[in-house]
Amino acid sequence: MEDRILVLDGAMGTMIQRHKLEEFDFREGAFEDHEKPLKGNNDLLSITRPEIIKEIHKAYFDAGADIVETNTFSGTRIAQSDYDLEHAVYDINYQSAIIAKEIATQYKDKPRFVAGSIGPTNRTASISPDVNDPGYRAITFDALKEAYREQVQALIAGGVDLLLVETVFDTLNAKAALFAIQEVFDETKKELPIMVSGTITDQSGRTLTGQTTEAFLISLSHMPLLSIGLNCALGANMMRPYLQILNRTAPFAVSAHPNAGLPNAFGDYDESPEQMAAQIKIFLDEGLMNIVGGCCGTTPEHIQAISALVNNYNPRKY
Amino acid sequence: MLSGLEPLIVTAESNFINIGERTNVTGSRVFLRLIQAGDFEAAVAVALEQVNGGAQIIDINMDEGMIDGKEAMVTFLNLIASEPDIARVPVMIDSSKWEIIEAGLKCIQGKGIVNSISLKEGEAHFIAQAKTIKTYGAAVIVMAFDENGQADSYQRRIEICKRSYDILTEKIGFNKYDIIFDPNIFPVATGMEEHNTNALDFFRATKWIKENLDGAHVSGGVSNVSFSFRGNTKVREAMHSAFLYHAIKNGMDMGIVNPSMLEIYSDIEPKLLEYVEDVLLNRKADATEKLLEYAETVKGSGKKKKIDLSWRKQEVNQRLAHALIKGIVEFIEEDVEACRKNYDRPIKVIEGPLMDGMNIVGDLFGSGKMFLPQVVKSARVMKKAVAYLLPFIEAEKGGKIKSSGKILLATVKGDVHDIGKNIVGVVLGCNNYEIIDLGVMVSAERIIQTAIKEQVDIIGLSGLITPSLDEMVYVAQELQKANLSYPLLIGGATTSRVHTAVKIDEHYSRGQAVHVLDASRSVTVAERLLGRKKESFIDDVKSDYSKVRIQHEKHLKAKKLITLKTARGNRPILKFDQSTIFRPKKLGVELLDNVGISQLIPFIDWTPYFQTWELYGRYPNILEDKVVGQEAQKLFEDAQQMLKKIEKENWIRSKGIVGIFPANAVGDDIEIYLDEQRSKTLYTQRTLRQQTKKAQSQPNYALADFIAPKESDTIDYIGGFAVTSGIGIEPHIKRFEEDHDDYNSILLKALADRLAEAFAEYLHHKVRTRIWGYAEAEFLSNEELIKEKYSGIRPAPGYPACPDHTEKIGLFALLDVTKQIGITLTESLAMTPTASVSGWYFAHPEAKYFGLGKVTEEQIKDLAERKSEDLNNIKRWYSSILV
Repeated sequence: MEDRILVLDGAMGTMIQRHKLEEFDFREGAFEDHEKPLKGNNDLLSITRPEIIKEIHKAYFDAGADIVETNTFSGTRIAQSDYDLEHAVYDINYQSAIIAKEIATQYKDKPRFVAGSIGPTNRTASISPDVNDPGYRAITFDALKEAYREQVQALIAGGVDLLLVETVFDTLNAKAALFAIQEVFDETKKELPIMVSGTITDQSGRTLTGQTTEAFLISLSHMPLLSIGLNCALGANMMRPYLQILNRTAPFAVSAHPNAGLPNAFGDYDESPEQMAAQIKIFLDEGLMNIVGGCCGTTPEHIQAISALVNNYNPRKY
Repeated sequence: MLSGLEPLIVTAESNFINIGERTNVTGSRVFLRLIQAGDFEAAVAVALEQVNGGAQIIDINMDEGMIDGKEAMVTFLNLIASEPDIARVPVMIDSSKWEIIEAGLKCIQGKGIVNSISLKEGEAHFIAQAKTIKTYGAAVIVMAFDENGQADSYQRRIEICKRSYDILTEKIGFNKYDIIFDPNIFPVATGMEEHNTNALDFFRATKWIKENLDGAHVSGGVSNVSFSFRGNTKVREAMHSAFLYHAIKNGMDMGIVNPSMLEIYSDIEPKLLEYVEDVLLNRKADATEKLLEYAETVKGSGKKKKIDLSWRKQEVNQRLAHALIKGIVEFIEEDVEACRKNYDRPIKVIEGPLMDGMNIVGDLFGSGKMFLPQVVKSARVMKKAVAYLLPFIEAEKGGKIKSSGKILLATVKGDVHDIGKNIVGVVLGCNNYEIIDLGVMVSAERIIQTAIKEQVDIIGLSGLITPSLDEMVYVAQELQKANLSYPLLIGGATTSRVHTAVKIDEHYSRGQAVHVLDASRSVTVAERLLGRKKESFIDDVKSDYSKVRIQHEKHLKAKKLITLKTARGNRPILKFDQSTIFRPKKLGVELLDNVGISQLIPFIDWTPYFQTWELYGRYPNILEDKVVGQEAQKLFEDAQQMLKKIEKENWIRSKGIVGIFPANAVGDDIEIYLDEQRSKTLYTQRTLRQQTKKAQSQPNYALADFIAPKESDTIDYIGGFAVTSGIGIEPHIKRFEEDHDDYNSILLKALADRLAEAFAEYLHHKVRTRIWGYAEAEFLSNEELIKEKYSGIRPAPGYPACPDHTEKIGLFALLDVTKQIGITLTESLAMTPTASVSGWYFAHPEAKYFGLGKVTEEQIKDLAERKSEDLNNIKRWYSSILV
C-alpha cells in the first residue's frame, strides 16, 4: 500500500439489476417454502444464484480491482429480520465469503483480496425514529453488537482477507461493529485489517446523525484501522471537500468509493466511466487517495477507467 | 482529540477546556430535583444552557440513591443526542458505578470521556475497565487513587499517576493522549496543618505529570479547593480564579468549573489576592488565619445602592426617553405635562417624543439588549403618559392616535389562563399596535363579531390547557365558514408549530394561521403580516407548514404504537407488601383553611417564574447569569417586595383539601373505597396506559400499576388533593390594571401561580411526613438533605402522566373541592382561580412520573366502555393524545 493506490470494486446492486431476476431466483433450492416475498434481498443470491455473484466478482477483478466486496451488505439479523430470515445470516455471510474468495484465488497476476462487507443495518442507535419521543431508540448498542458479531464470525470463517464497515450513517452503529470485531479478534486470537467508510449525506458535510467528517474520524480512531474513507450518497465531485478533511487529519489510509453521480428522476445513475474517472483524477492530482472504487451506479467499465488511471499516481503518504 | 457531533481537539497550545458541571446530580440540587421529578425536558435545558454558556464538554452524573442511575443516564444521553446544539460537544460520563459508565458508553456516537477509573480496587480491575473503555473508543480520567487510598501528598500523587500511566500505555496500549489525570483537588485553609500544602501539591504534581508522562492531560474539580469558605462567595470566587491561574500555569488542561463562581484574576482585590495566594502556595505560617479574618469582613457586605437622579437635569424629551427605557414612572406625569406645553397639540407628544422613546425600546428588545420585564415596565410608563394626555386629546377635535394596526387578543372559550396573552398584548402595545383584549373564556362567536365590528387587522388566540387546542381549531373553522380571512396568531404553552400547521392552518385556507413561539416574536410576525411583503411572508409560512404536515404524516406512519393488549402485557410488576404499602396515619378528608404565605415561600420553585418573563435559566444560577442576571435580580427583588405586601396586607388566601382513601387497581382502573372493607366504591379512576413501543425491559406504564391489584387481596391507598392560592386576587389585579400597571398585574398573577405550586409541594411534604406519614422517619434523620429525596408522586390530571382532564371531575367530586375551597371547573375543565393545582398521590416507592405519549383509538374506545360513555361524546377530550 505504500507503493500503489489500491482499487476497490464497484456496485453490486447495479450489476444484479442487469439480470432482471424474479422472485424464484431468490428462493430456489434454499428458501422455497419461505412465507415472505424475498425478491430484492440481494444477499440471498450468494446462496441461490452463486454463479451470478461470481460472475460479477470476476468482472470487477478483470476490470483491475484489487479488492472485491462480499455480497453481504444486508447480512445482519437486523436487516434480515425484515424478511424473517434471521436464521439465514450465517449462511449468507459464509457462502458470500467462500465464493468471492474462490474467484480471487483464480488470479495469479497480482494479489487479489476479498473484503467482508458490513453494512450499517436499517436502524440507527443514535437517533429516535419518532420526533415526539426523542429518547426512544429502535435498536440498542448491544443488539447491534451481537448482530455484527454473528456476521463477522461467518465472514472470517468463510475466509475474507479484510473487513469493510461501510456506508456508516450513524457512528454509534459503527462503534458497535468495531466492538464486535474486537471481541471476535480477541476470541480467535487472529486479527484482520479493518476498513471503515462513512457516508456524508449532503453538502452540510455531516453524517445522517449529525457528525462532521472530522468528528466521525475522531470517534472511530481508537482502532488501528487500515483505512478510513467515504462512500455512497454523493458523487465524486461533491465528496471532495470531505476527503480533503480526511487527507489532512487521518492517521490511516484514506479511501473513497463514490456513486456514479447523483441519481436522476428515475433513480438511475448517469455518470459515465469517463466522467467519473475525470473526477477521480482530481483526487489523485491532489494526492488524497490510497484506495479508490465505486458505489451505487458504478460498473466494471467505471472500475476499468479508474484502474487505468491510478497506475500513473503515487498513493497518499500518511 | 474528542468529539460530539463536532471535534474538540486538545493540544498544548489550546486554551483551558471548561467542563460544564451543572448536569450533575451530586453537584446541582436543581438538576437532581429535575431528574427525580422525571422532568427531563427541563434537565435537557440545563445542558443546553451550559453549552450555550461556553462549556466545551459536559459532565453528566446520575449517582444518587433515590434514582435509577443507569436508566437516568441512558434516558438523558439519548435525549441530548437529539439536540444538535448540545450534542455538538463531547460528553463526560461521570459515575462511580461501572454499570452506569458502560450503559452511558453505549449511547454516545462521539468520542467522550469516562470519569473515572483508578487503581482503588487493584490492577486487574483497572486493566479490565480500561480495556473496555478503549474498545468503546473513549478517553478516560484516572483518579490518583490506589489500593491504599486517595493520594494526598505530592509523592503519592506522582507515584500513582506514573503507575497508572505505565499500565495503560504498556499493558493495554491505551492512547497516551486519551489519558487524563485527576490528581485530587483538596480544600485548603481548613485549619488543619496537614491540609496547608493541598493546593501546592496539586500544582507540583500537575507540573510533574506534564513533564514526565508524555501526552497525558490534567483535570480536576476546582470548587473543592474553597470548601471551607462555603457561603462566602467573594472569597470562593477569588480562590477559584487564583487556583486556576496557578494550575493552568503548571499545565492543567481542563477542569470542572462553574463559570458563575469565578472572578477575573486581574480584578481580584489586591489584598484578597495576596491572602488567597499565601494560602494556595502555603507562603506564610499565618496565611489561613489572615484569610479567615479577611473573609469575616466581606461576609454579607452587600453594597447599598444609591439612586442616580442626574438624568433629571436633561431636557424634557431626553427625560421622557430615559424614563421609558428605564421604566421609571415617578416623574412621568410631570414630564409629560412639561412636554405638552412645547407642542401645539397634545397628540404630538405621543407621536413625537413618546413614540421615539418606545421605538428605542422596541429596537433594544428586538436586538436582545432589553428583556421582557424591562419592556413591560416601559409599557407601564407609556400607558401612564398616554392616560395623562387622553383628556387633553379628547378635548380637541380630530385627535386620534395613529397605530400600526389593530389586533384582537383572546383566551379561548373554556380557558382562563391569561398571563401569556397579557404579555403579548403589552409587547405589541409597546410597538404601537392597538390592542383589543377580550379577556378569558371568549367564544368563537364573540371573537368573530368583535373582529368584524372593530375592523381588526389580526386575531390572536391564546390558551394553556390541551382542550383549548380544539377550541382554536373551532375558531379557525368558524372564520373559514364565515368567509373571513383575518390572519390568526396562535400562542400558549400547549400550542405548537406542528399543531398549528396540521390542525389549524389546514382548516383555514382563507386566512393564515401562524404559530408564535413567545411574546418577543409576536412583533415581527405582526409586522410581516401587515407589511408590504405580506404575500411573500405568507407564502413562506404556507410552504413551511405544508412541509411540517408532510413530515408529520411521515412520522405518524413511522410511529409504532403497540396494541392495548400488548401494552397491558408489558406492564411493570411492582411489589405490594408491607415493605411498599404504608397504612396512612389518617384516612379521610382534611381541609386546610388558610395556610400562611410564610409557610409556602420556602417551597417556591423560582425557575418557572423567570420563564414567565421569558428569562431563561435556572434559579438561583440565573441571578448570576452574564446576560440576563441583572434583570433577573430586579425581577426577583420585585417578587420579594410583593410577597411581603401580599402577606402583610392579606391580599390572597390559600386553601387546600386533601383526602386519603383505601384503593385497589382493577386492570387499568383504580377503585377508591369508603373503607378498608371495600364496603362502598366512592369513585373509579380511569388511567391510561402508554402504547409506545419500548426498548427491552422498559415497561408500558399506567398510573394504576402503582396501586396493589384487587385480586392480590391486599388493600392499598391513594390520595387526592386540590389547592389554590388565588382566592381574593381579583380586586388587586383590577387595581393594577386600572392604574395601567401591567407589570405588577402580571407579577401578581405569576406569583400566585408560584404560590399554588409551592402549596402543592408543601402539602405533599405534609402528606408524606404527617398525614399519610410514610416518610416520617426519613425526615427526622437528615432534614436538610432529604427535603428533595422523597418517594411517591403527585401527578395532576391534564399533565403528561394523566393527560385526561376529565379525571378532574371525579377528583373534585370525591373531595367536594368546589364547595370546600372554592375552585370551579370551566367547560374545558380549566380550574378557576387559575392559581390552583390538583392531583393524585401515589406512595409506592417505585411510583414514578412518566409521559403517557400517544395512544390508539382502541384504547379510547376501551376507556369509553369502561366509563359507559359514548365514544363520540368523549373523544374530543383525547384528541391531543390520540394518534
